[in-house]
Amino acid sequence: MIQPILKIENLHTHFFTDRGEVPAVDGVDLYINPGEVLGVVGESGCGKSVTSLSILKLVPDPPGEIVGGRILLKGRDLVPLKEKEMRKIRGDSVSMIFQEPMTSLNPLFTVGQQIIETVRLHRGLSKKEAREHAVEMLRKVGIPRPEAIIDEYPHQLSGGMRQRVMIAMSISCSPELLIADEPTTALDVTIQAQILDLIRRLNEEQGTAVMLITHDLGVVAEMCHRVAVMYAGKVVEEGSVRDIFKNPLHPYTRGLIESVPRMDETRERLYSIPGNVPILSKEMQGCRFAPRCLDVMDICRQSLPKLTLQEEQHSCRCWLHESQQEDAV
Amino acid sequence: MSESLLEVKGLKKYYPINKGFFNRAQGYVKAVDDISFSVSKGETFGLVGESGCGKSTTGRALLRLIEPTAGEVWFEGQDITKLSIEEMRKRRREMQIVFQDPFSSLDPRNTVQRILEEPMIVHGVGDAKQRRAEVERLADVVGLAKAHLQRYPHQFSGGQRQRIGIARALALQPKLIIADEPVSALDVSIQSQVINLMQDLQKEFGLTYIFIAHDLSVVKHICDRVAVMYLGRIVEVTDKHKLYADPQHPYTQALLSAVPEPDPDIRKERIILQGEVPSPANAPVGCAFNTRCPRVMEVCRNVRPPLQETGSGHLTACHLYDEEVRSRLA
Repeated sequence: MIQPILKIENLHTHFFTDRGEVPAVDGVDLYINPGEVLGVVGESGCGKSVTSLSILKLVPDPPGEIVGGRILLKGRDLVPLKEKEMRKIRGDSVSMIFQEPMTSLNPLFTVGQQIIETVRLHRGLSKKEAREHAVEMLRKVGIPRPEAIIDEYPHQLSGGMRQRVMIAMSISCSPELLIADEPTTALDVTIQAQILDLIRRLNEEQGTAVMLITHDLGVVAEMCHRVAVMYAGKVVEEGSVRDIFKNPLHPYTRGLIESVPRMDETRERLYSIPGNVPILSKEMQGCRFAPRCLDVMDICRQSLPKLTLQEEQHSCRCWLHESQQEDAV
Repeated sequence: MSESLLEVKGLKKYYPINKGFFNRAQGYVKAVDDISFSVSKGETFGLVGESGCGKSTTGRALLRLIEPTAGEVWFEGQDITKLSIEEMRKRRREMQIVFQDPFSSLDPRNTVQRILEEPMIVHGVGDAKQRRAEVERLADVVGLAKAHLQRYPHQFSGGQRQRIGIARALALQPKLIIADEPVSALDVSIQSQVINLMQDLQKEFGLTYIFIAHDLSVVKHICDRVAVMYLGRIVEVTDKHKLYADPQHPYTQALLSAVPEPDPDIRKERIILQGEVPSPANAPVGCAFNTRCPRVMEVCRNVRPPLQETGSGHLTACHLYDEEVRSRLA
C-alpha cells in the first residue's frame, strides 16, 4: 500500500470565544496520496479552511487551538512541533495558496523579494541564484516579462497575476504538497480557467499532491481525483470524484449536487436544502445534518453516525447506510 | 413578441480621468459604452460578463442611481433620463433594485420591520396600521417569520438577509426589479433557495427582472434572454437556448467553455483565453475583444463591429459574421 503524504487523524480544532467553545473542526480524518488531487468541499462554516490552516498550524491562537488528533506528514506528527520547526516545513515541503492573493502578499516588498526570501531561507541559495530561480518560477507560472515583473509590487498586478505570483512563490521550493484554499473564488471565469490549468499542470508534470479547498462543485469535478465533503466540522462523505458525483450516499452530498444549476439541463426548479447551516457548539448531539435532512430517523437525532466504509474507497457518515452495513455483518 | 417594458438606447456612462493642475479630463473610463437592449414585460433578462465589464454600472444607470452620460431609457413609454430628480424618485416606485451584498445593503441600526416599512413611508403609502399589515405580508411572502421583524440585520444569515433585501424591493409593488448579483455571496444550498424564491415571486406578481450575474449556470437557469457584456459593450444578445447551444461571439464561446461543470464525465474542449481584460480607460480601438480574440482579423483592430442580426433574434457584434450579414441583406 502506498504511504499517504499527509494523514489527518481525528483532528479537533476548537475556537474559544466569549460565547463558548466552538468545535470548528470536530474529528476530521483525511489522507492525501502522493501525486493526488484531493478536493475538500463544503459550505461556509463547515471547517474546510480551518482544517487546511491546522495542517500548517496557521490557526490564530488564541482563540483557536488544536485540541486533539494527529497530523502526519510522511509519518511525522506536526501537532507537537514548535513554531521554529514548523517554519522549516511551511513553504518547503508543504506550501499554501489563499483565496485573496492581495492580502497574502506583502504590499511593502516586490514580488521578487518575496519569492527570493522563501528560496534563500529553505534552499540556502545566493542572492544571484535565488533571483534567477525566482525569474524561472515566474516564467513557469506563465507571467509575461518575468524579468520586469519581478521588480514590481503586488498592487501593480491584476488579480489573476497576483494569484500566479502566489503560486510561483508556493512552488519555488518544489513542495510535495500544495494546499490551495479557494484559489480561484475571487477570479473571473476566464482567469479561473487559466489558474486551474496551471495547477493541473503542476500536479501532472511535477507530481505535486494538491489539497484543493473549494465550495464550487464544478471546480471539484474538473480537478480532483478524490473528494471529501464536509458539514459542520466533520467529513460526511469521502470517495473518488466519480463516486461522489454519480453515486452520492449522504443526503447532504445529494442535496448539494442537486442544488447546483447546470448548463446542460432544463430543470424548471432547483432542489434546495431546507434550513440553514447549524451554529456549532459542543452540546450538539446526533447527526449534524439531521435538522435539515429529509430522510431523518429517530436515531439520527440521538447519536452521531460514524464515517464507515461502504464500498471500496467510498465512505459515508450516515445512519441510513450504517444499518445496511450492520445487517451485512 | 410581448410588449416591451424597458427600452435602452445608446446608454453610456463615462467617468472622466482628471489630471494636472487644472484638473482637466485627460481621458475617460468608458464603463458603459453605447449599449442598447429592450426587456419585455414578465421576462427575465440577464446581463453577464466578468468584473469590470460594466454590468453593474448599467444596472445602476437604468435607475439613475448613477447618472448616465448619454442615452435614453424608456420605461413604459417614458424616457426617464429626462425626468427631474423629484419625478424620478416617484418613478422608482416601479423599479427597484436588490444588491449583491446583503451585509452592507441593510441599515444595521434598523429593525427588519423598519427596513421594510421605510420605502412605504418615503412614498407615502398607507397609514401606520396598513403599513404594518403590509410588512407582515411581505415577510410572509419571502419566508420570514413574524418574530423576525423585531430583529436587526446582523442577527440573520446571508440567505435570510437576501430575503429581507428582496422583501424591501417588493414593498412598493414594483414592475421591474434589477437584481445585481443577488446570489453570488451565498452558499450553494442557500443560493438555490433564493433563486426559487425569486422565480415564485415573479410568477405571483408578474415581475420583470434584470438579472445581473457572472455565474453562467445560474443565468442559464433563471433568465429568458441574455446579453453578454465585455468592456462596457454588449457583444451578443439572444434567448438563452440559442446562446448556450450556439454561441456566436468568440468571447461568449470562450466564456461558456471556461465554466467548470459539476460532472466528472464531461470533458470540455476548453478555449483558454490568453491575457486579461484591458483597462476600460484604455480600451482597444476597433473591437474591444481584439487583444484576446483567438480569431482576430485586421479589420477588428480598426473598426468597432456593430451589434447586428446573425440569426433570428440573435444579435452579435463581431466582424466574423460581416460577410454573412451582407450576403443576406443583398
